Amino acid sequence: MEKRGNKDQKKATGKISRRTLLGGVLAAAVLPVQSLFADEVQPETPVLPEIADDPTKIVGPGPGPLGKRSPFEQPVRKPSDISSRTPLQDLHSTITPADLHFERHHAGVPTIDPAKHELLIHGLVDNPMKFTLADIKRFPAVTRTCFIECAGNFRTGKAEMTPQDILGLTSQSEWTGVMLSTLFNEVGISDKAKWFLAEGSDAAIMTRTIPIAKAWDDAMIVYAQNGEAIRPEQGYPIRLLLPGFEGNMNIKWLRRIELSEEPYMTREETSKYTYPVKDKIRMFSFELDARSIITYPSYPQKVNKGWVEIRGIAWSGRGKVEKVEVSTDAGKTWQLANLQEPVLSKAHTYFRYLWDWKGEATEILSRVTDETGYLQPTLAQLAEARGVNLGGYHMNPITAWQIKNDGTVLFKPETIK
Amino acid sequence: MNKKTVLILACPVMLLLMSLKTAFIPLQGKKPLTDSLKRPAKFGFGRPATAQEIAAWDIDVRPDGKGLPAGQGDVKKGKLLYAQKCAMCHGVDGTEKPGVKLPGNALVGDTSATSKPKTIGNYWPYATTLFDYMRRAMPYNLPGSLSNDEVYSITAYLLNANKIIKADVVLDAKNLYKVVMPAKKLFIMDDRKGGPEIK
Repeated sequence: MEKRGNKDQKKATGKISRRTLLGGVLAAAVLPVQSLFADEVQPETPVLPEIADDPTKIVGPGPGPLGKRSPFEQPVRKPSDISSRTPLQDLHSTITPADLHFERHHAGVPTIDPAKHELLIHGLVDNPMKFTLADIKRFPAVTRTCFIECAGNFRTGKAEMTPQDILGLTSQSEWTGVMLSTLFNEVGISDKAKWFLAEGSDAAIMTRTIPIAKAWDDAMIVYAQNGEAIRPEQGYPIRLLLPGFEGNMNIKWLRRIELSEEPYMTREETSKYTYPVKDKIRMFSFELDARSIITYPSYPQKVNKGWVEIRGIAWSGRGKVEKVEVSTDAGKTWQLANLQEPVLSKAHTYFRYLWDWKGEATEILSRVTDETGYLQPTLAQLAEARGVNLGGYHMNPITAWQIKNDGTVLFKPETIK
Repeated sequence: MNKKTVLILACPVMLLLMSLKTAFIPLQGKKPLTDSLKRPAKFGFGRPATAQEIAAWDIDVRPDGKGLPAGQGDVKKGKLLYAQKCAMCHGVDGTEKPGVKLPGNALVGDTSATSKPKTIGNYWPYATTLFDYMRRAMPYNLPGSLSNDEVYSITAYLLNANKIIKADVVLDAKNLYKVVMPAKKLFIMDDRKGGPEIK
């Protein structure tokens, strides 16, 4: 959950913290792009190359070492001082380009020399071992497509919010690496081991405890994302991948795994990533509940009368998307949307629904049912089940978009208190 | 053979590969993700880790006290260290003041469950987590720079400021894990397993 914005830093007194400095560095890092436009043209106007009247009459540039986006397309993430959000409204299918994958970390992105990086596995094992990156790449590899989502991925509050603003802390990649069970077999795991601690080599030395069943099920240690080495922001050179589990547990820059009889109760699994349920605080919510959002049409897009293909993504941390329903009458009636095949387990699933818009003001919504039979709730249902002090973790309410008579699309922020 | 011919010949191969990939998808859905060939008992990759290597990284502390190092600390020393190393982000006394947004979280508050903001006193279920977290990640501008004695002392100060331990308590590996946190009784494990219930 993000509460601190850049504006808050200005109010900080006393010595300058590294967080503040880091925020400054991040701001500086995005400046070149912004200033490139700001100096020469208005921010809304893209910088375009000289365009010939007829491109068939001019030979274009030749091949280069790296491809680049069309200058007409400028999807960008939205950074704060602690995270950066995926522009879901700019994407047309479910693989997130690696440079648009959301980012969240607790002490910056470390620079790690892959030749020196090692993974230690110890604790309740037969043989404590260290593996170099080269060792890890020698084991049988597996490729899997799944989403990662931050457990604090819910924002609301005003109508002028994009899908990126509301829940841009989810992205999807095709990950490649070794099954964690393969490495566990290599070291030999004691029957007493019920949990394992995963630890990163960032300046937060991030740790989370994970139930051992996940290791025998589908946990992976991955070194590739969409075919190439994973990005530094995603844990280069290796990260833990726990399909369907909250993002924070997918430890990046992984350096150590310790097998244990009991959980460690780390800071992130006690004082963070926990949330009020009535008069109690719920902890160890690992799986992300099923969720969906319409990404087109959404704010700040506009629609025209006639056929509109409503599009969006749906996912569940507990398995496959069973169905997605769309309502174009503010939730009175629901219709089945088409799901783009293949529908993968614990993966963003693209849905589409054709709507003949007559020009009336209305609201459009989507709701997903996953293969366990769980139907995505409304915010009111979540509040009824958990109490009105919901907090910001594990929130998956239905998102409604307001369609105005003139085709303007606005988010419908809801309040429960 | 010129370039164009190579390209034309390559196309059917690519199409064939693409259709093979598609054909594998239903298989993947039914089978767990395992490799295709019979495995050896061990691959023999990697090497044994030495006791020194493990000790250098094994800094975690469990709620039962496992992992707490030698050393000790007290509230008085902790108060001084807090002022020098923590107050710049967490406030002079760790409390949230109206209209002031701290760069770090507020750490001190009363211990009632309904109080805001979330602090060590009203939201942290285990005292050992304080030691573990501070030693690995704090202070934010110099992570990993505190000695074990310093971490014990700051832990003592923060627990005392939250009215959980008395001012004369000296914390060490023998007693820190025995400190009962007020928020412990509030925490429940998630028992949801999917299915239609909204919970």
